Amino acid sequence: MPFIPHTGKDTREMLAAIGAESIDDLFDEIPAELRIDHLHGVPEALTEMEVTRLMRERAHMDGSPLCFIGAGAYEHHIPAAVWDITTRGEYYSAYTPYQAEASQGTLQTIYEYQTMITELTGLDVSNASLYDGASALAEAALMSVRANRKVKSGHVLLAPGVNPLYDKVAESITGGQGLTFEWLPRDSATGNLDFDKLPEGTNPVAVVMQQPTFAGTLEDVDRLTDWAHAQGAFAIGIANPTSLAVLKAPGHWGAEGVDIACGEGQPLGVPLSSGGPYFGYMTCKQKHVRQMPGRIVGRTVDLDGNPGFTLTLQAREQHIRHTKATSNICTNQGLMVTAATIYMALLGHEGIARVARQSHANTVRLVDGLCAIDGIERLYDGPYLHEVALRFDRPVGPMLERLAAQGILAGYDLTEYAGTDALLVCATETKSDADIDRCIAAVAEVMNG
Amino acid sequence: MSELPGDLLYTNDHEWLRQEGDGIVVVGITEHAATALGDLVYVELPEVGQDVDAGGEMAVVESVKAASDVYAPIAGSVTEVNEELADDPEKINADPYGDGWIVKMQVAELDESELMSPDAYQKLLDELDD
Repeated sequence: MPFIPHTGKDTREMLAAIGAESIDDLFDEIPAELRIDHLHGVPEALTEMEVTRLMRERAHMDGSPLCFIGAGAYEHHIPAAVWDITTRGEYYSAYTPYQAEASQGTLQTIYEYQTMITELTGLDVSNASLYDGASALAEAALMSVRANRKVKSGHVLLAPGVNPLYDKVAESITGGQGLTFEWLPRDSATGNLDFDKLPEGTNPVAVVMQQPTFAGTLEDVDRLTDWAHAQGAFAIGIANPTSLAVLKAPGHWGAEGVDIACGEGQPLGVPLSSGGPYFGYMTCKQKHVRQMPGRIVGRTVDLDGNPGFTLTLQAREQHIRHTKATSNICTNQGLMVTAATIYMALLGHEGIARVARQSHANTVRLVDGLCAIDGIERLYDGPYLHEVALRFDRPVGPMLERLAAQGILAGYDLTEYAGTDALLVCATETKSDADIDRCIAAVAEVMNG
Repeated sequence: MSELPGDLLYTNDHEWLRQEGDGIVVVGITEHAATALGDLVYVELPEVGQDVDAGGEMAVVESVKAASDVYAPIAGSVTEVNEELADDPEKINADPYGDGWIVKMQVAELDESELMSPDAYQKLLDELDD
């Protein structure tokens, strides 16, 4: 669909049709004292040429470093076909379709996305996506309050392995609606939940757990899911989608599986892009679908029996239910989901599993090499996928700066999270043995130099 | 549209109420409301024991077109919900005054002047048709 701006003639004709003199007249009912004529901190408009130059200069500042940072967003190889297809004119919209049923191709893409993401997570239904992993957790918490009606506390427990930024976002989004969040205790030896110190009688509406954890460890999610259900709480599972090709799907955690799975979809074909746009995924058990936010595409047949796709569950959305809508999410991350769908379709389950296994093998090489250096050891024992916390005998911040000057982003500074000098490292399949060895050598030099 | 049952009381919001004695009333939505909504696909029911105010939201009926609130015609406490609607919400379309009932409530007192008689409700419907 082309973008065609209104001409001055169009605008005059439309104003004449409704009897208004100017576009400003349309805003007359907003009192003058409530209006602002410019936004503080937002500069004057630039020309296209000026913006292009500015953005090129900014992009150049990123350089092309060798990146070993994960911590929620992961650099994976994206087959060229993914964005070649995604940026075709028929697909290239950042947004959800408004004349939805006229966009059968877009709806089919979303339907296939939903099918694949439910298979990965082992649950029954998926929505058409949310903004990112953190806001997906906020929506999952709100959904728990709506669907787990027996529990009125609005209290959500977080396993210690949940991404701390997700907690901040979830609290920001849901605090005004009275939700409260509490961290469960961490075992400082394993980095995982300390099951001996679980609180009793907090009456949680939901318990959130993440696998692999933010620090890269593997939590006993089976036991924690069962504990959540024994408390009368929903179990919400956050999982890196790449990991789900090799780890147990959240729908199968514990005796009954989680009620809601959510997380960051970026690893599925979306570039790091300095932090976004990404997309969040959310899946749930069929019995909770009425309380799921956002939209869902369904497959049906028309009057002649021909298959077609249609938006379902729209009746609960904002444009119909206004303040009583299930959530304020009436949309989805259309373009990112298109990329993810093509990525998943190209790789298949086996391809994603190979990505996970190669990332694991690369991370083993990186961790073994780094731990051979004096002053570096693993912070937590136990198995891991493609991310590992390392304890250092000195502050990591200055060292990271020196490595960055050599074009190496050696990891995420985990000191605040861990309460000790620590680094979180990740080597995905994009790193060659030479890349990994270069990083190890550079860290050794900084540590010994 | 068939004739309104004469033994019910009605509201402006197109709910009906039947008195069953001992302070128990049955509540549903009228045929007019069910027809306007279209085929229902889901009914969100309150919990037994929930207290509702007169005019308060009590249930949600959802068709493919819209989801609408069902308001309590009078204040009371929910004693029973029509569980069969969970699997078969179209009972409301098929038999709005019978099998399509939504909740039963225990009410303290019933002031009939707060509600509409069949004649008054019929008049409202006639005005809506005009």
